Amino acid sequence: MRYFGHRVLQSIFLLIGVSLLSFAFVDLAPGNFFDEMRLNPQISRETVANLQRQYGMERAFPIRYVRWLKSVARGEFGFSFAYNAPVAPLLWSRARNTLLLTGSASLLAWLFALPLGILNAAKSRGWIDCAGGLVTSVLLATPDLLLALGLLWLALRTHWLPVGGILLPESAGRSEWQRLKGIGVHSAGPVLALVIGSLPTLTRHIRTAMIEGLDSPCARAVRAHGIPRWRIVLRHALPVAASPLISLFGLSLGSLLSASLLTEVVMSWPGLGPLLFEAILARDLYVVIGAVMFASLFLIGGMLLGDVLLFVADPRIRTERLA
Amino acid sequence: MRGNRRIVILLLCVGTLHLAVFFAGFLSPYDFAQQDRELPFAPPTSLHFRDMHGTLRWRPSVCLLVERPAMFGTYDEDLQKCFALRFLVLGPEYKLPGLFKSRLHLFGVSGPAKVFLMGTDAYGRDIFSRLLYGGQISLLSGLLATALSLGIGASLGTIAGYYGGWVDAVVMRSGELFLALPWLYLLFALRAFLPLHINPAQAFLLLIGVIGAVGWARPSRLVRGIVLSGKERHYVLAARVFGGSDIYLMRRHLLPQTYSVLLTQATILIPQYILAEVTLSFLGLGVGEPAPSWGNMLAALQQYHVLVSYWWMWAPGVALIPIVLSYLLLASALQEKGALHRM
Repeated sequence: MRYFGHRVLQSIFLLIGVSLLSFAFVDLAPGNFFDEMRLNPQISRETVANLQRQYGMERAFPIRYVRWLKSVARGEFGFSFAYNAPVAPLLWSRARNTLLLTGSASLLAWLFALPLGILNAAKSRGWIDCAGGLVTSVLLATPDLLLALGLLWLALRTHWLPVGGILLPESAGRSEWQRLKGIGVHSAGPVLALVIGSLPTLTRHIRTAMIEGLDSPCARAVRAHGIPRWRIVLRHALPVAASPLISLFGLSLGSLLSASLLTEVVMSWPGLGPLLFEAILARDLYVVIGAVMFASLFLIGGMLLGDVLLFVADPRIRTERLA
Repeated sequence: MRGNRRIVILLLCVGTLHLAVFFAGFLSPYDFAQQDRELPFAPPTSLHFRDMHGTLRWRPSVCLLVERPAMFGTYDEDLQKCFALRFLVLGPEYKLPGLFKSRLHLFGVSGPAKVFLMGTDAYGRDIFSRLLYGGQISLLSGLLATALSLGIGASLGTIAGYYGGWVDAVVMRSGELFLALPWLYLLFALRAFLPLHINPAQAFLLLIGVIGAVGWARPSRLVRGIVLSGKERHYVLAARVFGGSDIYLMRRHLLPQTYSVLLTQATILIPQYILAEVTLSFLGLGVGEPAPSWGNMLAALQQYHVLVSYWWMWAPGVALIPIVLSYLLLASALQEKGALHRM
């Protein structure tokens, strides 16, 4: 329990550091949301100055930071200039979609990668392994951008998948089932892009870990006892390989988040990605900071989850921490 | 030994690709900004090895393209008007970066016909030429950003590992901060706070700065680990006893120990940073028109009709695959070799 407390505390400090960092960048940056207004002859100088004062833009750095922290405590995460609304509600609905996308993508990717990696390791240096190595190398070298564009092309060409958005047009105001169906159909493209993008990395890592597991003394001892091959792979080598794979799980969430940012923008999935992108173009600073905060929250959460799983799965860590 | 040969072959691949891009001016028949408004979205030009009478010619010829009446972007070849492809011809002037000016091109076609090996874009600009020139920006930004990132990472990592104590704590904690952010988000956020409307040269430098600054954390951790164990080695201790200054020890004895790791890191980071440049330029946050980069060339695909109708617009994306693949294979070959060394 103390171990968890320590890790959670560490994560909170990390988040505070992230927010300070993004605030510092805001402070150093030239120009802000109101610069465009200043160019507009229909808006008087006083109005712009008043607006700036209203949003507290002319205050010193620490004061603005503390005000922002207060609004975080209220659950608002600052105020969006472009939407003229608190940031948090904007972020929540988008973050839900991003979470849905990355969650289902990572689940599917692991579901496919695990058997593939184990198969490649068990038949190491066989033709399956060679073919698998070739395919993963080429897929690894294919940029996420290209994958997303390729699936978009497929969707436009064949009409198998809908393009962009999240709800079916006929489902507006319909039943919950219709809504879910729409979300499922629309998420198929982005999820597929993310799964194909992360599959080769995962398969490779799983293969390496499994080969090491098969090479471990305990697996060799079991083989000397004449236990069937598949039983060795699944019952003895897999638990040995589990601990690096669990820490990989936490890290894979991070890379998936980065990939999903791009995929969301290209395939018009209403997640954090397009929101961040539009906020950058509009210089809507608090939305940018909020989106970055949410993304790092997910990443840190994922790593924390990985640590907890590792703690549960690996007795070595448990005894080490408790001692 | 087999590993060495593989590394040499991969190095040759990478070198060839970079050289091709370096000599973009010589290899490309046209200037990257030269427009041909009569020929938007012209498909790749077909080379004819037979003339009108069906006899085989060793020198391929190119026929004049004529737009079909009232059909935008659909072309027919005028087989009556064909012109031979010529090698080592004089064309528009270009400058090899840092060397000299020249007008000599590897190939070209005389007369009114045009040779577009990879078709043209919406303004009738030759995609083959733009691909080569765009590679200069995309690949160079990958290389420079990697150099920047490794430079920052290596120096901070060495300092942190050497001095230890609070210096180490500060550097490593701030490194964790950078690792705790999904890196594309971090890249975007950094880019968000920098000016949007700038000229291509400034954008290029800015991009290198941003990409390079984001990625220093991982190399600095690796370097710190090596320095931590390396500073206890006997020859380092001996050098210190003889009165070597801190700077001297770090530069002469500690940094050289990290070179192999830095090299492997470079092969991992370069393709990643090339992709980062492509991504940012694709979204309009990087190098902008009229300067070509693979990212802003791909940006044309954001229009659905281009995406579906003109397959040759994918060229920059396809060009990324061999580059990234050879760097990846090089990285894994180097890692294997490093593992053998340590054994």
